[in-house]
Amino acid sequence: MSAAPLRPPGRLARAWDSDIGYAFRRSPVAMLSTLVVLLAVGASVLAPWLAPQDPFDPTQLDLMDGMTPPLGTNEITGRTFWLGTDPQGRDLVSAILFGSRISLLVGFASVILSMAIGISAGLVAGYLGGRTDALVMRIADVQLSFPAILVALLVFGIFRGVVPPARQEEATLSVLILAIGLSNWAQYARTVRATTLVEKGKVYVEAARLIGLRPLAIMVKHVLPNVTGPVLVIATINLALAIIEEATLSFLGVGMPPTQPSLGTLIRVGQGYLFSGELWILAFPALALIVLSLAINLLGDWLRDALDPKLR
Amino acid sequence: MSAPDAVPFVSVEGLNRVFDVSPPFLNRIVEGKPKQLLRAVDDVSFAIARGETFALVGESGSGKSTVARMVVGLLQPTRGRVTIDGVPMTGGADADDLRRVRRRMQMIFQDPYASLNPRWRVDRIVAEPIRAFGLRDGEAEIRARVGELLAFVGLHPADGVKYPHEFSGGQRQRIAIARALASDAEFIVCDEPTSALDVSVQAQILNLMRDLQDRLGLTYLFISHNLAVVRHMASRIGVMYLGRMVEIGDGRGLFERPQHPYTRMLLDAVPDLAHIGRRREPVAGEIPNPISPPPGCTFNPRCPFANDRCRQEVPPFRDGVACHAIHEGRIEPAPTLLASTAA
Repeated sequence: MSAAPLRPPGRLARAWDSDIGYAFRRSPVAMLSTLVVLLAVGASVLAPWLAPQDPFDPTQLDLMDGMTPPLGTNEITGRTFWLGTDPQGRDLVSAILFGSRISLLVGFASVILSMAIGISAGLVAGYLGGRTDALVMRIADVQLSFPAILVALLVFGIFRGVVPPARQEEATLSVLILAIGLSNWAQYARTVRATTLVEKGKVYVEAARLIGLRPLAIMVKHVLPNVTGPVLVIATINLALAIIEEATLSFLGVGMPPTQPSLGTLIRVGQGYLFSGELWILAFPALALIVLSLAINLLGDWLRDALDPKLR
Repeated sequence: MSAPDAVPFVSVEGLNRVFDVSPPFLNRIVEGKPKQLLRAVDDVSFAIARGETFALVGESGSGKSTVARMVVGLLQPTRGRVTIDGVPMTGGADADDLRRVRRRMQMIFQDPYASLNPRWRVDRIVAEPIRAFGLRDGEAEIRARVGELLAFVGLHPADGVKYPHEFSGGQRQRIAIARALASDAEFIVCDEPTSALDVSVQAQILNLMRDLQDRLGLTYLFISHNLAVVRHMASRIGVMYLGRMVEIGDGRGLFERPQHPYTRMLLDAVPDLAHIGRRREPVAGEIPNPISPPPGCTFNPRCPFANDRCRQEVPPFRDGVACHAIHEGRIEPAPTLLASTAA
């Protein structure tokens, strides 16, 4: 945007004053879930400094600390853990902090990936129309007819077959992002295509064509800004879905390995102790996952209502 | 048709446009329906001299806007040629020539609420052609030019920081005019530029356009269904009916001595203060469905002078009019009521 001689109030002030800002201030649910999400993101970003130990570093773990109940003192080492420890003597507070770090990383990265694929596919399909449109949207239809988790498992299957076992552990994170990202792009493509079809017919796009702007420039400069609202809503709700999908994959044993546990891996490890009385190993990571995805979902729900004038 | 100049600035020859309005392929197979073609523009020719205002008038659905969109290149003609300043726009010109001509040709749209991107500030909207054609170097020069253009169309240069929704319809149309002028355009196609505006504002915008024409030597192709507006603006007028040109005449002559029965019908329907209380011949019937136009002269179902020939043969365009009755001398060009009050 070009600099103007008379600068109107700053972006932040305008956002606070906007309809969305007003709706936000009027919604306790939105404020609370924003707070939870911010806390979770902040805590997981700062995990290396906040956590009492590094759960990924075997030298910091003491097997003697294993199976300490929450707030209980270990009988052998005499140490106390807020949320207890798992059989390896891993402090669950640290494990959850580092675990949600991985979960959020996978969530954000895969959402960005599927957004990039979906927005470009939707823009091109909607703007060019005709056969390109038909081809892209049929691929999206096929994609949508499979459950996302199945597509992700498929990507993982290929990964297992292609990458040598020795290098699999380090590449798991990127493959996880790729698998989840590739399984969710179709929704973005559909929404963006629909918006593009609407915008394409508007007269100001014709005015831009008259100036001789190329289709790509028109798509990016004129159509894309109109797409941001709906895409933001899908992205927020998909972030929660991606985190759950990552947890599911890790729970099924194809995701993060136990040496670098995400929330899903922690739940998988914990469910083995469900019936032997060590409930906390399962309960706390599961609670963390529930609170995180619930907060993001509520935020997405609120955002959808706030951006949709018909629901107001 | 008489071209006032030896080499017209804009020339349109035998323009045709057919739209495929068939139902989708599967429906055609299942329901056994044939392909449906809509002949929106059929063999339209005219020429515009530099500095003149050529108006196209006609009812809704007569193909005026389709012609306008083909002239500026937003729509490819099915057949026919558009030549602007000697450059064939519909194929055969090299890319540099096309780009050069495209810069000098702009369009003003009907709805100023839709023709400006609601998410862009006005200065960015007006600057877009300047940037796209690289007409100025550097932000400061672009900004200066935008301010100059805004002042030119009667807005304040400081208005540039506002968004389009902060302006009235007339002001937005001024912004659209500023954008059209931004690329130093010489030929401006105006597609019903005032029909979305208040009557009081219409006059302001029309006067602004005439004023700009005088100062910059602009050439206009002016599309309208408002005959009063056309009379105010146009030096020559083409009357369209159902995709065909039925009559072309210079502004004064057409209004005083219209030839084609359709033109007479249109002019008879113009409200006029001098003839309050007079019984008028109402415009009979409606424009037929362009998917299945009547055979022969397309105007024959509504024409009081139609005979068998009119129902079978398409009248050729000769001496500024396409009408068998006129060509055969069955009817004379009739003076209208407007002739007596014509300025």
